[in-house]
Amino acid sequence: MTAALVRRPGLARIRAAGSPLYLLCLGFVGLVVLLAVLAPWLSPHDPNAVDLGNAYGGPSADHLLGVDSAGRDTLSRLVTGARTSLLGPLGVVVFSTLAGVAVGVAAAWRGGWLDSVLSRSTELVFAFPGLLLAILIVSIYGDGLLAPVLALAVAYLPYVSRLTRSLVLAERERPYVEAYQVQGHSGLQICLRHVIPNIAPVVLAQSTINFGYALIDLAGLSFLGLGVPALTPDWGRMVFDGQVAIQHGYPLSAILPCAAIVLTVVAFNVVGERWADQVARRDR
Amino acid sequence: MNILDIQGLRLRLPDTARPVLDGVDLTVGAGETVALVGESGSGKTLTSRSVLRLLPAGAATEGAVRVAGQDVLAMNPAELRDLRTGTAAMVFQDPRSAINPLRRIGDFLTESLRLNAGTPEAEATARATEMLEAVGLTAAALRQYPGELSGGMLQRVMIAAALMGGPALILADEPTTALDVTTQAEVVALLGDLRERFGTGLLFVTHDLGLAAAISDRVYVMYAGRIAETGPAATLFERPRHPYTAALLAATPRLAAPQGRLAAIEGQPPSLQEELTGCPFAPRCPLATEVCTERMPERLPLPGDPAHWVACHHSDRLEGRTTDE
Repeated sequence: MTAALVRRPGLARIRAAGSPLYLLCLGFVGLVVLLAVLAPWLSPHDPNAVDLGNAYGGPSADHLLGVDSAGRDTLSRLVTGARTSLLGPLGVVVFSTLAGVAVGVAAAWRGGWLDSVLSRSTELVFAFPGLLLAILIVSIYGDGLLAPVLALAVAYLPYVSRLTRSLVLAERERPYVEAYQVQGHSGLQICLRHVIPNIAPVVLAQSTINFGYALIDLAGLSFLGLGVPALTPDWGRMVFDGQVAIQHGYPLSAILPCAAIVLTVVAFNVVGERWADQVARRDR
Repeated sequence: MNILDIQGLRLRLPDTARPVLDGVDLTVGAGETVALVGESGSGKTLTSRSVLRLLPAGAATEGAVRVAGQDVLAMNPAELRDLRTGTAAMVFQDPRSAINPLRRIGDFLTESLRLNAGTPEAEATARATEMLEAVGLTAAALRQYPGELSGGMLQRVMIAAALMGGPALILADEPTTALDVTTQAEVVALLGDLRERFGTGLLFVTHDLGLAAAISDRVYVMYAGRIAETGPAATLFERPRHPYTAALLAATPRLAAPQGRLAAIEGQPPSLQEELTGCPFAPRCPLATEVCTERMPERLPLPGDPAHWVACHHSDRLEGRTTDE
């Protein structure tokens, strides 16, 4: 296996093989996803209900995690915010995986000039910071989740396409590909039915790792006030709104979304790294 | 009619000084077993692959490779696909690596019929069962993964897969090399049985002379991209008329007469980076004279034995000698 997953430094170090950390993280990922899916039924209050009289309130029986500077219930906003905060990275990952796999397979399978064109142009994207690209696109197209998601998907595409290309290059040399060729299968059939399913675990591991980073990027964007519309609850946006609360000495409404972001990203990374390790062990 | 008819096949690769295959002529009749023998790098695998146009990148070909009368080298993609799906099939050297490890055997066997020939699933499965039984396995293998079968069983699966499309020609590229000796014998016996039962022509590529003698009707001996000698298996192995065949046979280890050191042919086959003017075997040949390095010997039938062709200036000097001397 010559292809290596792109594991950015830092979080890559926290994977502890064989420890309960993986199960814990898997559980946390499951919990966050469940919260996001069931948000409308779980959130105790309307996340956008403003109650200025009760602003900066601490945890109470009615508001378990307190309220923010506008008196909005933090728990409800966290739970509802999980939807946008997960939906964005999901879009980034789905789009970058599909397009990246298509680009990588095409480049590796066809080779020649197509490989040169695709590989050079994806490297060009590598040279351009994804966040900057997203800011550029949002500033052109205005608010809305779609523009930053597409921009980040383009920025994450090279990680997937480069990995896929090297995997397919290795895979197409394996004799079974030839065996299918002499059975009369076309290149497209062999790619779709055999090569892609066989390399899928590695690509999915990479995409899971990408998910965490895309979540940070999107949270960063909405902290800057880009992308997510102002009234939509979103973790990055909540951190931004919480700045005022911190200045007034009620940091809870800013710290909780921060913690949610960090924990979710770490959990996705540990899970992704663990999958990557499992795939690597299988190939050895 | 010959099911396979290769005429004057030349194959050039981008960075070699001489053609890798240089004027190969080879025929396989319907229902005939033909062995193609040669050492590594002699071009025997390339020859068998060119029959399905499975050529390395950048290969330039001349000549004709006709399967059932149609020139493979001139086919369009659709015709080529029909050829690969139906008329001709290939059995690979190492079944372990030639079958996608993540798919069930049943999938592997029926996929080509279902996708390329449009056969309904039930019919394809019935045929797969029939073929598995023909190679001595049961329908239980359909549900198994390649990892659950032994090498010999997997090679049987490969052969069953080759038979699925009802081919008129099977190309077997060293199908027993990756197997142990007892399994080899089983697979060889199986190929013989199947040929009789289904009447398919078989081109058997091997470097094992004993195996070639045992299985084939006719033998082609290949050296440095050329056919050195061809003839009926019995006469060729008893009375070789090319010094290379004679040397190969002399180098075959014999259990009956332990002789100390094994005989070997001195020297190396010619490199692909040098042009050849004379006979490619001349530098290693005990009979070589001036004419051998100057002029390429033509392949001619022996007087009195029109089925036995030899490309050697001095084949008459081997006349009358047998391998038992």
